[in-house]
Amino acid sequence: MITETMTDVRQILMEKLLNGETEPHSHSSGDLLRALRRETLLKPVIYIGSGTCGLGAGADKTQQAVNRYLDEKGIDADIVQVGCIGMCSAEPLLDVQLPGRNRLCFQKVTADKVVSLLDSALKGEPSEEDILGQFRNGHTSAWDRIPFLDEHPFFARQTRIVLKNCGIIDPVSIREYIAHGGYQSLLTVLQTCTSLDVCNKVEISGLRGRGGGGFPTGKKWKFANQTEADQKYLICNADEGDPGAFMDRAVIEGDPYRLIEGMTIAAYGIGASKGYVYIRAEYPLAIQRLRIAMDQARSYGLLGKDLAGSGFDFDITVKMGAGAFVCGEETALMHSIEGKRGMPRPRPPFPAVSGLFGKPTVINNVETLANLPVIFEKGEAWFSSMGTATSKGTKVFALSGKISRTGLVEIPMGTPLRDIIFTMAGGIRNGKKFKAVQIGGPSGGCITEANLDIQIDYESLIRAGAMMGSGGLVVMDEDTCMVDVAKFFMDFIQRESCGKCIPCREGTRRMLEILESITSKPVNTGNQSLTRFRGIIQLEKLAKVIRETSLCGLGQTAPNPVLSTLRWFRDEYESHIYERKCPAGVCTDLRTFRIDVDKCTGCTVCAKKCPTGAIIGARKTAHFIVEEKCIGCGSCEEACKFGAIFIRE
Amino acid sequence: MKTDVKEVLENHQQGGRDSLIPILQEIQEREGYLSEEAVVAVGKHLHIPSSRIYGVATFYNQFRFQPTGKYHIQVCRGTACHVLGSATVLAHLEKLLNIKAGQTTRDGLFSIEIVACIGACGLAPVINISGEFHARVDEARVAAIIEEYRKREETL
Repeated sequence: MITETMTDVRQILMEKLLNGETEPHSHSSGDLLRALRRETLLKPVIYIGSGTCGLGAGADKTQQAVNRYLDEKGIDADIVQVGCIGMCSAEPLLDVQLPGRNRLCFQKVTADKVVSLLDSALKGEPSEEDILGQFRNGHTSAWDRIPFLDEHPFFARQTRIVLKNCGIIDPVSIREYIAHGGYQSLLTVLQTCTSLDVCNKVEISGLRGRGGGGFPTGKKWKFANQTEADQKYLICNADEGDPGAFMDRAVIEGDPYRLIEGMTIAAYGIGASKGYVYIRAEYPLAIQRLRIAMDQARSYGLLGKDLAGSGFDFDITVKMGAGAFVCGEETALMHSIEGKRGMPRPRPPFPAVSGLFGKPTVINNVETLANLPVIFEKGEAWFSSMGTATSKGTKVFALSGKISRTGLVEIPMGTPLRDIIFTMAGGIRNGKKFKAVQIGGPSGGCITEANLDIQIDYESLIRAGAMMGSGGLVVMDEDTCMVDVAKFFMDFIQRESCGKCIPCREGTRRMLEILESITSKPVNTGNQSLTRFRGIIQLEKLAKVIRETSLCGLGQTAPNPVLSTLRWFRDEYESHIYERKCPAGVCTDLRTFRIDVDKCTGCTVCAKKCPTGAIIGARKTAHFIVEEKCIGCGSCEEACKFGAIFIRE
Repeated sequence: MKTDVKEVLENHQQGGRDSLIPILQEIQEREGYLSEEAVVAVGKHLHIPSSRIYGVATFYNQFRFQPTGKYHIQVCRGTACHVLGSATVLAHLEKLLNIKAGQTTRDGLFSIEIVACIGACGLAPVINISGEFHARVDEARVAAIIEEYRKREETL
């Protein structure tokens, strides 16, 4: 439904776009753009961070409270649902912008805080305790005594290219995206570049795949560009299956047009007229926003036939993934789109030559594609001036685990890992000691204190025994058991192995069994003690075989978590095996409980609770735990009212 | 129930093999799971043997072959959630509801499913109950949440 006023707006925006001006001379369109950028406001605006993480923290309840408040007080204000600025630990986030003043960002605004917060903020006297900071803006006046958001340790070292608009603009308004400089790059590309120019520029920029492999994007495109075919495809891989990474979700939820523009540029570069976004079904909000954004782009002639009068056709179909980690592998992903089991096939032929439905296909990750608009806006030289010798530009990392500040950060390549964890993320929670950081998910490895000073890029991470992967950083402290972490990844991988090749299907299963026997209840009879004894040697041997003989990336990298924990935390494995103790106290099976005879009153509650009948003793006399029968579940400890049951050190 | 499947298939008149997964997803969206009849009907529609369809459907984690409870609890078992104790949360849930992951309670109210990662790692551990997210859960919070849903059910 395009109303007349909307058509006017579109006209103005398209004129501005097509003429390539940065500052439009027509007075009315200038006003419009400023209004869309919210530099001139007539009434207060309240922004609510409504990404999946925000909603999880209660943003929907906050929004209801805001609506109620505005209704009751009869205040005229705009409410804008934005994506996420990346600081998950401070959610729900609520921003207030008064006419003429800088936008203020408030943290942890749960529904009960809304009334008092808005009371003071709308009067122009914001209470300082909940403030995270004020946004910097040259067009509106700053608040006194309120720190700027870009000086906050979480943001200070970031260079936000991919995340530039996330949490700032209305994600489902194409007008706001255009007013913030969007679609300039696409129009430049369509008007001034040949498809080969596009590939060349991307190659010179040094952009490499952000999904894990790190293959040079421009090079990949050239293969497809130079293959003759009646139909080519572009696939955006948004099947963010790597547990611990969520940047693709945040980009699509917070700035879907950037992805659509990037995809269109890529499609033009390789000559594809049809694109797919293969996105996880677990991301309903991202799918919804992407669909709205695609519809709007179509109504503006920026998606579909004859884009902006250039004669180039491109349209996108959304395909929901059905939950298979292996579908992150490109040949498996294509099989899944074709409606088959998502199993990889040997390469060559490479997808760029023969891919989806047998046609040349390029598959890029969300973050890779979202980098493209800025490369064509600011130039390939600008982009390649950032980063290290082999890795250019920025990378988004998802920080999670036992750190004070969790969320998404975008940093230039080459930033030391230590800065990310101890400055940006604020170090370890509750004053505990740092142990390791898992990087690259189930295919990556962990990095310890000794290697924290490495500068992040593709090569240095591989040298340190990890890999970039998609950029999930899960921080672990002294209370995390590394054997348990390895077991966790192995369990994940063996479940997700597609079963096509034997080393991966059987090998990962076997590795899991070894890890399980290491962490399970000590039994001194039969084969099990032998397995435990030979465990480490076997693990290393198996890992080598799996790595060398598996077909796809999933299998080849499957042993990484075990190898890297073995390399850095061999002592933990050894104490599990020889001392049968879990130093971090995580492996419940290895716990043994004792009863303090002085505290035990003989109430028999624990004996009744014990699932294995391991507790014996007569009523009103101290009880005793039979170690061989105890499975370490801890139900007795929970049940005891006298604190008489404790874990044996 | 039959009409749901019919409607979905009618929406995919021209569909070839590549619309198999979207069709299955739409059927599950409406019916909550894939019934035997549904699979057979899809096979007839696309001219693919039902065995092949089962082959595809069982490959992917998303598809279920049993109905879920009224409140479907997804427990995130991603890395960040694991490190922050999602295993204990899951164990506690299983104990509270007296079912294992993948099962439904006798009254048909709750079912538990383990999912790989919801993508809200910054708020770990996370559970999702029929589309509602609950962040930073622990044993006590899980118990309170379940109690809340039970109360909601009583007042209905």
